[in-house]
Amino acid sequence: MYVAVKGGEKAISNAHSLFAAKRRGNTDVPGLTIEQIVNQLSFAVDRVMGEGSLYDRELAAIAIRQAQGDLIEAIFLIRAYRTTLPRFGYSAPIETGEMRIDRRISATFKDLPGGQLLGPTFDYSHRLIDFALDADAEVPAPEQAETDPLASVPRVTDLLGADGMIEPDPAEESEIGDLTREPLEFPAGRDLRLQNLARGDEGFLLALGYSTQRGYARSHPFVGEIRMGAVEVSLFAEELGFEVPLGRVTVTECQMINQFKGSMKAPPQFTRGYGLVFGHSERKSMSMALVDRALRWKELGEEQTAAAQDEEFVLSHSDNIQASGFVEHLKLPHYVDFQAELDLIRTMHREHAERLNATEDDTETPREAAE
Amino acid sequence: MPTSAPSSAPSSNEQHADRQRVMRVLALSQAERLETLYEDFDAKPDWTFARRPETGLVMVRGRTGGGGAPFNLGEMTVTRAAVTLNSGETGHAYVQGGNQRKAAIAAFFDAAWQSAALTARVKAEIVDPLNAEIEAEDRRVRAETAATKVDFFTMVRGED
Repeated sequence: MYVAVKGGEKAISNAHSLFAAKRRGNTDVPGLTIEQIVNQLSFAVDRVMGEGSLYDRELAAIAIRQAQGDLIEAIFLIRAYRTTLPRFGYSAPIETGEMRIDRRISATFKDLPGGQLLGPTFDYSHRLIDFALDADAEVPAPEQAETDPLASVPRVTDLLGADGMIEPDPAEESEIGDLTREPLEFPAGRDLRLQNLARGDEGFLLALGYSTQRGYARSHPFVGEIRMGAVEVSLFAEELGFEVPLGRVTVTECQMINQFKGSMKAPPQFTRGYGLVFGHSERKSMSMALVDRALRWKELGEEQTAAAQDEEFVLSHSDNIQASGFVEHLKLPHYVDFQAELDLIRTMHREHAERLNATEDDTETPREAAE
Repeated sequence: MPTSAPSSAPSSNEQHADRQRVMRVLALSQAERLETLYEDFDAKPDWTFARRPETGLVMVRGRTGGGGAPFNLGEMTVTRAAVTLNSGETGHAYVQGGNQRKAAIAAFFDAAWQSAALTARVKAEIVDPLNAEIEAEDRRVRAETAATKVDFFTMVRGED
């Protein structure tokens, strides 16, 4: 029964060397620099920052290179690294209304204050592979246009909110949950749900968001607004007694507007789902907003019918590091477990054979006759 | 124009507004730029670390719906340091990222800015030029974004 699981050190060490050589590939080709990854693979960097839940472009690029482009592995490296660092504190909440906007679109209003700013996007492109794209070719400088420094770009939800057509932002609560400090418990508040979704796997949230569109917890979504750009972050430093500006992070915010909810007292209002993620990731922030809205079924007096509404299901399976840890642990030696199962099945075979023999002895009916 | 200090700053912060502006500019500047400016800063006073550079995490908070109840979005790396000049002033830095030299230099300039003898020089040689660079970069990004603004024209159809 017992199977030794010691040994294999030499094999493991050689496997790691082989992996290192494979990672480097053909040494006639120049090695990737961190700057190249930061600058030219920015969506990969953004995904690793978002799901690694750590905003640091350089670290994300280092992890991507080390993981040979396996983004979930890179996210794992980032999550492991963050546990080695002390926590200085919690920032003041970022103000997306004061963002230096790099892109802002609305699917609900054609003309809106501040306008539709397409920014850098691959929307509206034909998705044809550009065989002629030369990584070293000179790129013409982007066009520039005059800006009005005083023009405000209000959030679409605030425009609708002014007329009472949409539910307001939820009021502040005294305690803000932090699932990096305390394990998630159910039912979870919206603060914890949003934290979980913000670092959740893009593919998982995309699939769940998609399921709500296909009728599983249908909520008639419209993209009220997506805005992407740089926001400043500041931290109250105890020893200084004031808020210190730390720097800027790029975030993508999605305001999803969904069908109404009213009551005897209040007239119907549009309801909302919210998405906010590090970096430039519209797919992720939109998916997050759809799932956030679906998870609000109880608060909005809806029926629970679908997976995207099941908070325990969604929040327990959104984390790709937990998920790949549990799935991939199946690769580790399970020799003892498996020997036990094998023993059991042998016993069952033996018993089955014995039963069969006993039956054949008892019944005289010839097979041919039955057929 | 870039947005200045966060609007959520309580009134107790207002007396610190000038220093916050200095710290903001230092935090938003590139490490290589600060390095060059530090090298070029003549007659530097001697200084010692009051707190050696240390890299850690700050949990960045967002607001539900953009303006509502705060939630924890994710962390960012931040490096802090404190520097004391031989004239007695202590400067602090909390800067985004893991660059410890940048944090040390930012703390040095924060200390120098507080030193009456150096305030004007730090402003003229360090803070003002860096601020101008940050504003120019923001203007460039805004102008490039503005060039992608959609101008709708109405397509006349038979009836509405």
